[in-house]
Amino acid sequence: MADLEAFRSEVRTWLQESCPESLVGGTGSAIEGVWGGKKWQPENPDERVWLERAAARGFTAPTWPKEYGGGGLSKQEAKVLAQEMKAAKLPPPLIGFGLTMIGPTLLQYGNEEQKRDHLPRICRGEIRWCQGYSEPGAGSDLAGLQTRAEDQGDHYLINGTKVWTSYADKADWIFALVRTDPTAKKQEGITFILIDMDDPGVQVSPILLISGSSPFCETHFTDVRVPKKNVVHKVNAGWTVAKALLGHERTMIADAFGVAGGGGGRRRGLADRAREAVGADADGRIADAALRDELVRVEMDSRAFGLTMQRTRDAAKAGHQPGAESSFFKLYGTELNQRRSELRCHIAGPQALGWEGEGFTAEELALTRDWLRSRGNTIEGGTSEVQRNVIAKRVLGLPG
Amino acid sequence: MQLVLSEDQELIAKTAADFMAEKSPISRVRALRDSHDATGFSRELWKEMAGLGWVGIPLPEVHGGADLGLAELCVVMEELGRSLAPEPFLSSVLLGAGALQQAGSEAQQAAWLPGIAKGEKLLALAYQEPRSRYDLCRVATSAATSGDGYVLEGEKIQVLDGHVADALLVSARTAGGEGDAAGITLFLVPHEAKGLEIVRQSRVDGRNAAMVRLSGVSVGQGAVVGEVGAAGALLLSIVDRATVGLCAEMLGAMRQAFELTLTHLKERKQFDVPIGSFQALKHRAADLFVEIELGKSVVMAAARAADAGDPELPRLVSLAKARLSEGFLKLAHEGVQIFGGVGITDEYDIGFYLKRARAAEQTFGDAAFHRDRWARLSGY
Repeated sequence: MADLEAFRSEVRTWLQESCPESLVGGTGSAIEGVWGGKKWQPENPDERVWLERAAARGFTAPTWPKEYGGGGLSKQEAKVLAQEMKAAKLPPPLIGFGLTMIGPTLLQYGNEEQKRDHLPRICRGEIRWCQGYSEPGAGSDLAGLQTRAEDQGDHYLINGTKVWTSYADKADWIFALVRTDPTAKKQEGITFILIDMDDPGVQVSPILLISGSSPFCETHFTDVRVPKKNVVHKVNAGWTVAKALLGHERTMIADAFGVAGGGGGRRRGLADRAREAVGADADGRIADAALRDELVRVEMDSRAFGLTMQRTRDAAKAGHQPGAESSFFKLYGTELNQRRSELRCHIAGPQALGWEGEGFTAEELALTRDWLRSRGNTIEGGTSEVQRNVIAKRVLGLPG
Repeated sequence: MQLVLSEDQELIAKTAADFMAEKSPISRVRALRDSHDATGFSRELWKEMAGLGWVGIPLPEVHGGADLGLAELCVVMEELGRSLAPEPFLSSVLLGAGALQQAGSEAQQAAWLPGIAKGEKLLALAYQEPRSRYDLCRVATSAATSGDGYVLEGEKIQVLDGHVADALLVSARTAGGEGDAAGITLFLVPHEAKGLEIVRQSRVDGRNAAMVRLSGVSVGQGAVVGEVGAAGALLLSIVDRATVGLCAEMLGAMRQAFELTLTHLKERKQFDVPIGSFQALKHRAADLFVEIELGKSVVMAAARAADAGDPELPRLVSLAKARLSEGFLKLAHEGVQIFGGVGITDEYDIGFYLKRARAAEQTFGDAAFHRDRWARLSGY
C-alpha cells in the first residue's frame, strides 16, 4: 500500500512537470485526441511534446511490458495513473486502435519479432493502425469474407476489398482478416495478417454517410505483397485472433455509450430545452404532456442503464465473476442513444430539419446529423439482432 | 452506494431461497385459492419466518427486530415473490409496522412492534378509497372531533390483509378538502371496534384484501398516530418504502416466470424442433432478460437509497416502480404467449404470474403515474 502511495506522489509530480500547460483542461475521449501516425500534423505542437514525454516514460501504454515501450505498471498502478491524470485534468497523450485493439492482440497472439517490430512504434505514436474486417459481402457474417491471400512462397498476394475501415485514409498499417484457404470450412480458412498501407496496391476511398462525411473508408487491395512474417498466430487460425479482438472492440463501444448513458444530472439540459420549445403550463411544467413523457422515459431508462453498469462494476470489484450482464450493454446502450437522438429531434421541432446554412444554429444542425449517424449505432460493432442472438444462445442457453 | 449484496445479505438470500423452495412452492398458492382459505396465508409459516428473524428485519432491536434495512427485507421479499407467497410482509411489516415505526408514539410502538416481530400480531394500512386512484391524499373518510376523540366515517377498499389485521391504520380527514395534502390524520383502530365492518375482497391475483366500512367508529386521542393533520407526508413516506418492497416481490416473480418460460422454450417441440430455436422467440427472450437486468439494478438502488436516507429516494422509488410495472407485465404477457394454448389455462402456473403482474402494476401507482412523478420531482 505504501508503495502505491509513493508511486502516486511520484506520478503526480511527474505529470505536473511533464504535461504542457496548454493541454491542461482537455479530457479527451475515444474519438477526440492524439492518434499519432506518420501523417499526423498536430495543430498544437505541445501535443507532440506531451506524447514524446509520456512515451519515454512508458505512460502511453501503461500496462504493457517495458521492453515493448510500455510502462510495465500493475493494474492498480495504472489505475492510480488514470486517477491522477483525471484529477489534474490532463488528456491521454495517445489514443487509437493500436493501443486498444492490435496492441493487446499482439501481446496475446504475436510472436517476439512482431511485438518488437510493432509495439514500440505504437507506444511512441509513430504508427497509426486501422482495422480491415468487414467486406461488402461480409458484414454480420464476417466469416464469409472473401479477400484472398494467395500463397506465393515467401509472401502472400492479397486481393480484395474491405469496407467500413475507420480512418484508413489516415492510417499507416492495417490488420486484416484474409482468406488463405477457400476450400476449408469458412471460419477455418481465415488468417490474421498485418499490412503496410504504403504498399502501392492499397487504395483508400472515403465513404459518405447519410449524415455527411465520416471516418469510414473502403480499402481496396490489388496484388499487394505481404511478407509471411506478418501473419499473426497461425495461418488459417485467424478466426481465433479475430474473436479475441472483437471482444475488445465491443467493450470499447459499450464504454463510449456508457459515458453518455450514465448519470441523471446532465439531462436537465433537455428538460429546459423542451420547456423553451413548447412552453410551460400554469404549474411551470413542460406544456406538451406527450413530449414530457418521452423525455421522462429516456431519462429513467438512462438512469436504470447507468445503475446497471454500476452494479456490474461493483460486482467485479467485490470479486464476483463477470456475469452475463455485459452482453446487453451494447444492445441497450445503442438503442437508448437512438431514442435520445429521436427525443432531441422532437424537442427541436421544425428546427431539426436543417442540413446546412441559414436559419439553423450550429447546434441544431449537429443534432440532425447526430440523429442520422445514430442509426448506425445498432448496426456497427455487432447488430442488435446479433447481440440478441448472443444473449439467447450464451446467456439463456436457448437451442439452435 | 454499492449495488452488490453483502455477505450477510447473500446468506439471507440463500436461506430464504432454500426455505421457500422447500415450504412454499407455487402450488401452495393454488391450494389456498381453491380451498377458499379464510386467512389466505399460513400463520404457521409466518411464525417460522418470524423465528428466522425475517418479519422483524426492519424493526428496532429494542422491540425484537433486527434493526436491519430495507435492502435485507427486499432480499427476503424477492424470494417470496418467486412463488407469489402471500405472507403479509408488505401489509403488516412495511405498511402497518412501518407507520408506527415512523410516526407512532413510544406506547404505540411498544404495544405493537414486539408482537409483529414475533409473528403474533398483524397490522394493515387502510388508505385506498373508491375515488382515490393512486393519490394517497385523496381522502374522503372523515374524522370529526367528538369530545375527547374522533368519530370516523367512510369507506376504504382493497386494504391489503385487512381481513386478518388485529388493528387497522386508517387515514381520515380532520381538516381540508378531499384532495388536500394537509388535514389528513392516521388512526390506529382495533379490528373489533364498534361500527367497523370488514368484508373480504377477492382480487384477480389472489392477494388478500378487504373492504372496510367505518360507520361512526369512535376512537380516543391515543389512536392518533403521529401529528394530527400531518399524515399526508407520512403516508407518502410509508408507501414509498412499501413500493420498494413490492418491487422486490415483482422482481422475484419476474425471475421465476422467466425461468418457467425458458424451460418451456427448451422443452416444447413443434415442427420437430424446440420452439426456443425460433429466432423470433429468441429475440423476445433476450429482451426479457434485459428487463430483468434493469429491474435488478433499480430495486437494489432504491432499497439502498432508503437505508442511506438518500434525498433522491422518491425519484428512485418511481424509477423502480415504473420499470418493474412495465417489465413484469411485458414479461408476463410474453410468457403466456410463449406457452401457447396452455398459457391461458388455469392448470398452468404462468397465469398466476400474469394476474400478479396486472395487480402489482396498479398498486401504489402504475407506470404512467410514476413517470409523471419522476417529472414533477425533476422539476418539469
